Amino acid sequence: MSSPDQLIIFDNVSKFYGEILGVNRINIQIAPGITSLVGPNGAGKSTLMNLMTGLLRPTRGEITLLGIPTDRPDELFRKVGYCTQFDSFPRGVTGREFINSFLMVHGYDRKRANELSHVALERVNLLEAADRKVAGYSKGMRQRIRLAQSIAHEPAVLILDEPLNGLDPMVRAETIALFRKLASEGLHLIVSSHILHEVDMMSDRVVLLNNGYIVAEGNIHGVRDEMEEHPMQILIRCDQPAKLASYVFEQNHVVEARLHDDRRGLFVKTRDADRFYLMLNRAVAEGEVNVETVAPIDDDLSAVYQYLIGPTGGSA
Amino acid sequence: MSSAVETVPAGSNDWALWLRQVRAIFRMEIEKNFLGRRSILIYLIALLPLFPLSIFALVTPPGREWQDINNYSLFYANFYNGLILRTVVFFGCAWIFMNLFRGEIIDRSLHYYFLSAVRREVLVVGKYFSGLVTSIILFTATTVVAMLLLFLPHVYSQSVRFFTEGRGLAHLLTYAGITMLACVGYGAFFLVVGLFVRNPIIPAVLLYLWEWINFLLPPLLKKISVIHYLNSLVPVPISEGPFAVVAEPTPAYIAIPSMVGVTLLVLILAAYRIRHMEIRYGSD
Repeated sequence: MSSPDQLIIFDNVSKFYGEILGVNRINIQIAPGITSLVGPNGAGKSTLMNLMTGLLRPTRGEITLLGIPTDRPDELFRKVGYCTQFDSFPRGVTGREFINSFLMVHGYDRKRANELSHVALERVNLLEAADRKVAGYSKGMRQRIRLAQSIAHEPAVLILDEPLNGLDPMVRAETIALFRKLASEGLHLIVSSHILHEVDMMSDRVVLLNNGYIVAEGNIHGVRDEMEEHPMQILIRCDQPAKLASYVFEQNHVVEARLHDDRRGLFVKTRDADRFYLMLNRAVAEGEVNVETVAPIDDDLSAVYQYLIGPTGGSA
Repeated sequence: MSSAVETVPAGSNDWALWLRQVRAIFRMEIEKNFLGRRSILIYLIALLPLFPLSIFALVTPPGREWQDINNYSLFYANFYNGLILRTVVFFGCAWIFMNLFRGEIIDRSLHYYFLSAVRREVLVVGKYFSGLVTSIILFTATTVVAMLLLFLPHVYSQSVRFFTEGRGLAHLLTYAGITMLACVGYGAFFLVVGLFVRNPIIPAVLLYLWEWINFLLPPLLKKISVIHYLNSLVPVPISEGPFAVVAEPTPAYIAIPSMVGVTLLVLILAAYRIRHMEIRYGSD
């Protein structure tokens, strides 16, 4: 069990913009690792991030990051970096000046600020363009310079609002690798994204939001397992799918079995995946069927998202 | 990654840290105020009084009164009051100080400060000082150059004596001091207006009108203005016209501390506001 000074804690947090709901009754504790906030536009992802960095104040409830309340920026941002979605910069600065200036606002002297900004620029692969004006940067470069600015002071918590937006596929892969590296160094990474397969690839856990409420949170497979109203779909490639079908129909946890169109596989829907796998092992051991592959079809974030939020929400 | 705490110590060294942070904010803001695109308007405002005086410098009008240096003192007192103090310093400060926060909200770049490990009160101090230094340098220079430009080309030898042996230098320094005090007072007012009001032009115009009708106000109401205290300090009193309500000028030992005191209160209000401020650019 982690202590409060290792966690990000939302304690019954609500945020209303006048009468409009931002987020409501949020109770979560986020441990180190990569946590993704997922949900359709307007779900409350950015609101949650702005609340945890003090850019917004909760209407009700309390938030602490590693034991620090969000209304103490002088303490909070020694440990927290936030890469927002706002694609704007102070006028007339170069990439290096942009990072240096705000490091000096943090209180670093010029020499240390130069060293830290150099490291940050190197990490996002932007050293060559560092002395050009930010106004002339491409969208991807602007995204990376914001990322560099948020990691330059070596925070313990890094909050990233849609950090992969505007990046080309190569840089996306590099950036995800950087996130994984930072997480392996013990950082909290809170990432919002609507690119579900990328979230799936990099996240240790997800928080699914819809209309300002948390609809699910935790390890994605754990979340999927708890969705009993949506039986797990599994595709078994085997030599005798019809025989396997008759075998699985005897199991009361199996709600549907259907032959694949090519007649070389069987789709199964089960309410208890663990028992199904045990049954399948027994069938194989008894020589009933020869199984080539077994693949869960809807044990990923896209499926969970579809079931909990619906097909219109995101771009999976 | 290691924590930044090692290199940015807090606690026992708070004042040293705050001073470093004020310096960093000050430097960034000065670059924006002096070198940014927005600064062009400020230079034009600061140069405004020098254009008519430059033309006037070329030709001394006929008439004996233009050979008398006392008339130049009176002329400058009116020129300073009407154009430099009430217009140039007023609108210059409005532009500089309102933009310190409001400009960044419009540019959507204020959040970078809010996401730095700096107390928001320190941010107010850093920004205010940057505005103050900018306005004081520009408008004090305007005040001094305007006075020299009025006196020296016309009655040169009298002017030299006036500035070296007479009251000229004292007048010059007093006007410069009034300009600085105006920057202090108007600056704080406009800083706070930029924080509270989405369109700060309206309160600026209202204050401008209030300052202009000050001469008509009863003595008690006169004191609820900046211009009353500034006018109390001018070395050459000017007539406010036949409809003016006459009131005793406030002595300098009351006027200056009052201005500074009110400024401090206004800055505390600004700090309170900025401490509770949210970043919601869409609604701003």
